[in-house]
Amino acid sequence: MATIPKFDQVKVGDALPPLVLPAISRHQLALYCGGSGDHNPIHVDIDFAKKFGFKDVFAHGMLSMAFLGRLVTSWAPQKQIRGLGTRFTSITWVGDVITVSGKVTGKREANGEKLIDLEVKCTNQNGQDTLQGTATVAAA
Amino acid sequence: MLDKKHIGHAFKAFTTTVEAGKIRLFCKAIGEDDPIYVDEAAAKAAGYRAIPAPPTFLTAVTNDDPDKGGLLRLLNVDIGLILHGEQHYEYLAPVHVGDRITCQQKVVDMYDKKGGALWFVVSETELKDQAGKLVAKAKGITVVRNPDAAKK
Repeated sequence: MATIPKFDQVKVGDALPPLVLPAISRHQLALYCGGSGDHNPIHVDIDFAKKFGFKDVFAHGMLSMAFLGRLVTSWAPQKQIRGLGTRFTSITWVGDVITVSGKVTGKREANGEKLIDLEVKCTNQNGQDTLQGTATVAAA
Repeated sequence: MLDKKHIGHAFKAFTTTVEAGKIRLFCKAIGEDDPIYVDEAAAKAAGYRAIPAPPTFLTAVTNDDPDKGGLLRLLNVDIGLILHGEQHYEYLAPVHVGDRITCQQKVVDMYDKKGGALWFVVSETELKDQAGKLVAKAKGITVVRNPDAAKK
């Protein structure tokens, strides 16, 4: 279980332990369709995806954002997270192997809390970023 | 092109309950295996009053709209033409199993790029708990691919 990061011990540039995920499967997209309530057929129905010009179904952006959430909650307890945001910069296809990584980009105090700013991202097996995001964690 | 008159549109608010079974399925889908998301005793031992909703489970909360698809109907856009551009969450208080969350979504901006080939629709959603306390704010950018070409 993650422990609350100590503000004085965290340094700008510190890397979070990365997550290397299993290849994205059609089964995972089906589970996420049901689990998230995002029922857009473009993620699970190849006929529908092709009709709209895509070669295959592709992962929900929010599935990858959930991976960013996993990275942060593996580093700090969830109740310490104050913000999580991302740009979806490229499509994640079935079979892609995603690595989730992050690093400390800043430390500041606001609203009476000691905050740590993180850069977090998902990168595919070709080294291309699929998500480029940020997170803010309250430290002790 | 899309009509910017929709900026400011407020969707009908709805209320949904955070359910343990939904969080369990969500965690299975995303590969999250921390016991705090499935076992109430583990959650309490970790300092939560009940099983917490994982950070991006809020998308499942906002997707539980009984009038789902309201943004697409408002814009008259087919679901096959949209992509997710950005998503941001601000967490103001924890959300747990059993909470009754009321979601209020508004369109806050619309703009185009590449001569109208791509439209960006920015919406913000406030999430309040059963006591009326603001627990989170969500901001999403929906990208609409070439809405004009699709209507020809």
